[in-house]
Amino acid sequence: MTANAASPNHLQLTRDGQLRHFLTLDGLGRELLTDILDTADSFIEVGERSIKKVPLLRGLTVVNLFFEASTRTRSTFELAAKRLSADVLNLDINTSATSKGESLSDTLLNLEAMASDMFVVRHAQSGAPHFIAESVTPGVAIINAGDGRHAHPTQAMLDMLTIRQHKGGFEGLKVAIVGDILHSRVARSQIRALNELGAEQVRVIAPGTLLPNDVESLGCTVEYDMAKGMKDVDVVIMLRLQKERMEGALLPSEREFYRLYGLSQEKLALAHPECIVMHPGPINRGVEIESAVADGPQSVILNQVTNGIAIRMAVMSMAMGGQVAERQQKLNEITERGQA
Amino acid sequence: MSALLDVEQLMDKLETGLKDLLKERGIESPLVIGIRTGGVWVADIIGKRLGVEEPFGQLDISFYRDDFSRIGLNPKVTPSSLPFDTEGRDIILVDDVIMSGRTIRAAMNELFDYGRPASIILATLIDLGARELPIRPDVAGQALTLDAAQRVKLRGPDPLWIEIQSADQ
Repeated sequence: MTANAASPNHLQLTRDGQLRHFLTLDGLGRELLTDILDTADSFIEVGERSIKKVPLLRGLTVVNLFFEASTRTRSTFELAAKRLSADVLNLDINTSATSKGESLSDTLLNLEAMASDMFVVRHAQSGAPHFIAESVTPGVAIINAGDGRHAHPTQAMLDMLTIRQHKGGFEGLKVAIVGDILHSRVARSQIRALNELGAEQVRVIAPGTLLPNDVESLGCTVEYDMAKGMKDVDVVIMLRLQKERMEGALLPSEREFYRLYGLSQEKLALAHPECIVMHPGPINRGVEIESAVADGPQSVILNQVTNGIAIRMAVMSMAMGGQVAERQQKLNEITERGQA
Repeated sequence: MSALLDVEQLMDKLETGLKDLLKERGIESPLVIGIRTGGVWVADIIGKRLGVEEPFGQLDISFYRDDFSRIGLNPKVTPSSLPFDTEGRDIILVDDVIMSGRTIRAAMNELFDYGRPASIILATLIDLGARELPIRPDVAGQALTLDAAQRVKLRGPDPLWIEIQSADQ
């Protein structure tokens, strides 16, 4: 992989600073993140109309390339593309060409030859969407729908949208992210977004075995004791315990984890009384969150799902807009050279 | 030229023209919808002058523009807001300036995604001609012909005034 994580923006932004891919939040400034949230607000309104569809991506083809299982993310991406009037192709990679021995690059080049305009990519390998954008199909808009432990930028942005809806903004907010930080691409993107948007404090609360080594360098403080960590927080984001990614004995037991880091009503009572509860899903009831909390009045978990459609519509139309504007620029340059 | 473009006068003309047309068509309770940004300011004033009690609606046509494939998405889109049901209603669609007609086409496409109105009347403060589509206002405050290098823009909202710019200035 040739992923250039240090300066992703030569890849995901056009010369004019518009999105043309959406690979990571790294390097995207507050203004662009705010534009994404504002555009998503407009798409929320579209979702409330009798016809929940706009013609922005008419005639364009979006391919959902999920190399890893997903229900919520894949279906909200599909719905988002359809509400933008795109033609949508869903490829379940496990049951298709790759299992016959075709390489990733060949699969993608074939899809490009079918005049695809956008790939929504989820991959277990960190950096896969970056690699595709840089080296395989640079003329296709690439949207990262989660890559390995690296990033899940649309999830983080839908979380930001949900926080902004309920809290009005980010100024002065204290946010706790609780649980399996080590395996979480969501947490990395969330910490990045919260810092860029101006949250006062991001705390991660987890056992040492579920924290990456460099966690503080992401821009957060660490708390091992949940009772201390929950004090005064305005937002608590619970993460799913990623049992399928656990290698070795990182946890004594699920029950022990719940006792120490599960979000119960007692622990939630330690937070600010208007604290909202978030979870990217799928939730493990009784493992990281008590049912009464997940279904309780402070929970905004289902809001997050609704907002996911709007955020994905925003990111897809912005990236596609950057791509088409760039194509048009190149055409203009060719015409001008021809006339000169 | 400034005498021609007194906003108050244009509003008076728009108001009179609309009242006549509503009477002629027998429309008693129209809805007023303005196109962002300038059209919303005009809609606010015209709605009050016509005695429309329901709040005016606001359309942001960014998602319906026909130049997405050339310039991409407007980065400063704001949500449309129609605080009423448009199904079966008579609508006065208001914009500040009409030129090519493309904005109006987009606005009508958007309107129909909210339901099927009984009728749409188009009212614009200024009509610049230079049409590219078979669309024209039912009522206009002022028809105006500009030089190729000139642009007109409604500034506001308080006070409202009309600015004519020359590209070489």
